[in-house]
Amino acid sequence: MSEEIAPHVHFQYANARHQAETAISGMWLFLATEALLFGGLLLAWVVSRHWQQSSFDAGGRETVLWIGTINLALLITSSFVYSTGLGSIEGGQPRRLIQCCWITAGIGLLFLLLKFYEWHIDLSEHLFPAGPFKLHGAEAGGARLFWTFYFVATGLHAAHMTAGIGLVLWVARQARRGAYSAAWHTPVEVVGLYWSFVDMVWIVLYPMIYLVGRGA
Amino acid sequence: MSQTAALNERIASPLGRPSYLADGVTLKSWLLTTDHKRIAILYMISITVFFFLGGSAAALIRYNLIVPEGMLRSAETYDRLFTMHGVIMVWFFLVPAVPVTIGNFVLPLMIGAHDLAFPKINLLSWYLFIAGGALALYALFAGGVDTGWTFYAPLSTDYAEGNVVLLVTGIFVSGFSSIATGLNFIVTIHRLRAPGMTWYRMPIFLWSLYSTSVIMVLATPVLAITLLLLAFERIFHVGVFDPRIGGDPLLFQHMFWFYSHPAVYIMILPGLGVVSEIIPAFSGKELFGYKFVAWCSIAIAVIGFFVWGHHMFVAGQSLYASVVFSMLSYFVAVPSAIKVFNWLGTLHKGYIRFDAPMLYALGFIGLFTMGGLTGLFLAALAADVHLHDTYFVVAHFHYIMVGGMVSAYFGALHYWWPKISGRIYPDMIARAAALLMFLGFNLTFFPQFILGYLGMPRRYHSYPPEFQVLHVLSSAGATILAVAYLMPLFYLTWSLFRGAGAPANPWDAKGLEWQTPSPPFTANFAVTPVVTEGPYAYPTPGTSQPHV
Repeated sequence: MSEEIAPHVHFQYANARHQAETAISGMWLFLATEALLFGGLLLAWVVSRHWQQSSFDAGGRETVLWIGTINLALLITSSFVYSTGLGSIEGGQPRRLIQCCWITAGIGLLFLLLKFYEWHIDLSEHLFPAGPFKLHGAEAGGARLFWTFYFVATGLHAAHMTAGIGLVLWVARQARRGAYSAAWHTPVEVVGLYWSFVDMVWIVLYPMIYLVGRGA
Repeated sequence: MSQTAALNERIASPLGRPSYLADGVTLKSWLLTTDHKRIAILYMISITVFFFLGGSAAALIRYNLIVPEGMLRSAETYDRLFTMHGVIMVWFFLVPAVPVTIGNFVLPLMIGAHDLAFPKINLLSWYLFIAGGALALYALFAGGVDTGWTFYAPLSTDYAEGNVVLLVTGIFVSGFSSIATGLNFIVTIHRLRAPGMTWYRMPIFLWSLYSTSVIMVLATPVLAITLLLLAFERIFHVGVFDPRIGGDPLLFQHMFWFYSHPAVYIMILPGLGVVSEIIPAFSGKELFGYKFVAWCSIAIAVIGFFVWGHHMFVAGQSLYASVVFSMLSYFVAVPSAIKVFNWLGTLHKGYIRFDAPMLYALGFIGLFTMGGLTGLFLAALAADVHLHDTYFVVAHFHYIMVGGMVSAYFGALHYWWPKISGRIYPDMIARAAALLMFLGFNLTFFPQFILGYLGMPRRYHSYPPEFQVLHVLSSAGATILAVAYLMPLFYLTWSLFRGAGAPANPWDAKGLEWQTPSPPFTANFAVTPVVTEGPYAYPTPGTSQPHV
């Protein structure tokens, strides 16, 4: 079989399929560690909110709902676009894959720009938990705590987004060099798993940040 | 053959290929290697440096405690020393020790693989370790930190002086090295076993490494986020662990121990695996109750995730939570005890040889049992009120970590040294070092059980005069222990240059790693081996003498 002597098969693997499935299982396991990273944060968040619900929610009502919502729509769209690209390379169309990567990375960048703008609004309204703070009185303590979680979570998520955009652009560059074909495109799938995970983190963070406080 | 067709040119080259040590001699060929065996050597050198740095801090601690008022005179210096000792030994020696050195080296050999699943990630793991280690060392030597290795808030966030953020960053970075190694091991064990290497034909060491890796992968991220929140609080003076703004200091302890208790099993499980290899090899006998030992590794890893609350019995945790945590802590002792009994069952009627690795393994059994049983004292709610934060706790975990794990590390080093280096070390000196280590260890730490029981609290730089005799005994033992640790450094290094060449299987042991030459060549096996028998297929006792 010609694929078994392909140059991208490393010597510890029996064949390309063996290597591809191993790479994908490695990414799934990595995502499990990521789930525990964000899981620990969400746990601390939920526990802290449990003790001081009303002041947490007062903090939550200060968030910029429209930006968060647009960003949610953007990320879900980006995962859809990237998956379309994966479908294209499975059908042997690298050009479509490259286009999808560019669109995905563009949407990701737009997400980050909106996020920076949102942070700018937050900071100018004195919502950073350290220093002079917008809310006063009984609600200030819990609200500061909410905004601590907000900045740690969104910062961590933005760092993951930045890494994801880099990876998607790398896939585009490799695809342009003709690295992927219908027979072999493991990195495309592996990066896709990561991108979808970062998307899903936002789907969980979105209600925690923007909705819970407003719903109470 | 599709199996061999995929092997690259390194494997396809004719016989007489160079060993992994001779395959490239430039510095670059070492620093950019993706060979799991060379990365194991890189790790071995690094953790040896950390071990002696952490050991030096311990030596100064014991030096200080010779007189009641403290030889060092400054409590601040003493606090920084025990923090340095704890941080270096936990994160930069004990957690990585066996998995990244011995594990890295023998895991692919034991399953008949040509390398780990992700060799580049393996190298990345070493660089992360070095980067994290460099940051931590800088933080520790440029002023130091006085929080202890546990970084309890709000001491670490609001009151401590020193480079807390820098140190925490170093630990954060090295955590990703653990995650990378654990991930690599799990995927490799699942995906790269040779034909015929079923789960129940894997050596117990691999079951141990698998369990260890599961903990590394699932617990370390929680430490990462905890340290991130801690750093945020330290930098901006607002945060989740500060009671003044409604934060919860106990939450820090929950999150910290959710990692750090399972991390105790990261440190000991590989040791249990090493001993399960050495005992059958030097008893010439199949491991007693293989499946029990294998599943006990998994059981320890799983139960170990649910016992963290026993660190907080006196910290204001709810009594009902404490009762449950106490009970679960008793449960986790069961699989550990099963292992001990199975080792004894293996020794029973075996053809026992007292080579150096075996002496370390036998020492391990005794010290680990002592450490484990005293752990049950601490898991009992009422006893813990008296013993908490005393030298009893210090003695207990040193029996596990030093008496157990460090003995296991040295045992593993002596057992696989001929395979790793291709050289034979002087056996009698090695046996003497093993005995000296056992004696020195007991003299150092047994008095600490008594000290703790009498009420001597840990982390104090001075103490009432009536404790002096026991402290002096302990410091004297530490001196013997230091000599015992320095000896292998010399004779193992000596053997590299002057030792006789080692045969492929110097111990007449079973296992695929002994079927390769010593030292192995880069691709491990010329042809992927086919496995037809279990890992300990020694002759049944009574039928014939297994070795002459």
